[in-house]
Amino acid sequence: MNWGEFFAMGGYGLYVWGSYGMVLFIFIVEIILVRHRRTNAVEQLRLMRNAGKGE
Amino acid sequence: MAINWFKYSSPSTFYGLVGKLVPWFAWPSAILFAVGLYIGFFVAPTDVTQGEAYRIIFIHVPVSILSMFIYLVMAGYAALGLIFNTRLSSMMASALAPTGALFAFMSLWTGALWGKPMWGAWWVWDARLTSELVLLFLYLGFMALHAAIDDPRRADRAAALLAIVGSVNVPIIYFSVQWWNTLHQGSTVKFSGTSMHVDMQQAMFSVLAACWLYAIAVSLVRVRSIILERERNTQWVTELAEVKQ
Repeated sequence: MNWGEFFAMGGYGLYVWGSYGMVLFIFIVEIILVRHRRTNAVEQLRLMRNAGKGE
Repeated sequence: MAINWFKYSSPSTFYGLVGKLVPWFAWPSAILFAVGLYIGFFVAPTDVTQGEAYRIIFIHVPVSILSMFIYLVMAGYAALGLIFNTRLSSMMASALAPTGALFAFMSLWTGALWGKPMWGAWWVWDARLTSELVLLFLYLGFMALHAAIDDPRRADRAAALLAIVGSVNVPIIYFSVQWWNTLHQGSTVKFSGTSMHVDMQQAMFSVLAACWLYAIAVSLVRVRSIILERERNTQWVTELAEVKQ
């Protein structure tokens, strides 16, 4: 089996790769979003802490 | 030995514990994805009736199972929060909702891409598909309701009620293929056994385990952020190493 045949998926390439591609895309986006939320939450607390110190 | 079960229901203890646990879910998940997809694409044989298109099963079935299972776990945590008034349970429910919604969406998406070549339609208003769409709306409704109420504890209670009532939909999805005439096929893998080829089973169960671990890992990371956001006025949060530096 060569790679061309593999990606063609017997004529169903669009459907098969469309499925797996969307799942991969969603996982990547979700991972980016949860990390972003984490960074934001920690940053917010740091700002509050430093603001408290200044008083 | 007396174990204090409520110890880990305190956000501060849970936050530290979970931080250590995340990699133990994330890495096995990545490995199982690789293994499952390798078997699914390079080992499992071509299906006699569906050709190569059947390979969508290795992702469609796992994400669909997870979309239903996550809902029940979410509703369970929401109910615990409502009954015992434990705010961490409610935070867990909130952390699971976005992941569950994404799994429901992936189930519908991969199903549409499988339905088109096999049934000739992206979508039909059939019992299985419609009830899965309702599941997606229940997740979105849970998140929208929670976001719409300013006081987080009140939001927890209102959203919990929605989640609990909505859990009726999960058995409806599960049994829909038996209760109604539907285009969607019944389960191939049953508790009593399966006619599925062993390589196909291995691929599907590996991806199922991978999705399961992924959902746990990503929800735990999210719940840690939710804890920080909602506990921002407490002393222990300001004393965390990551905040102090």
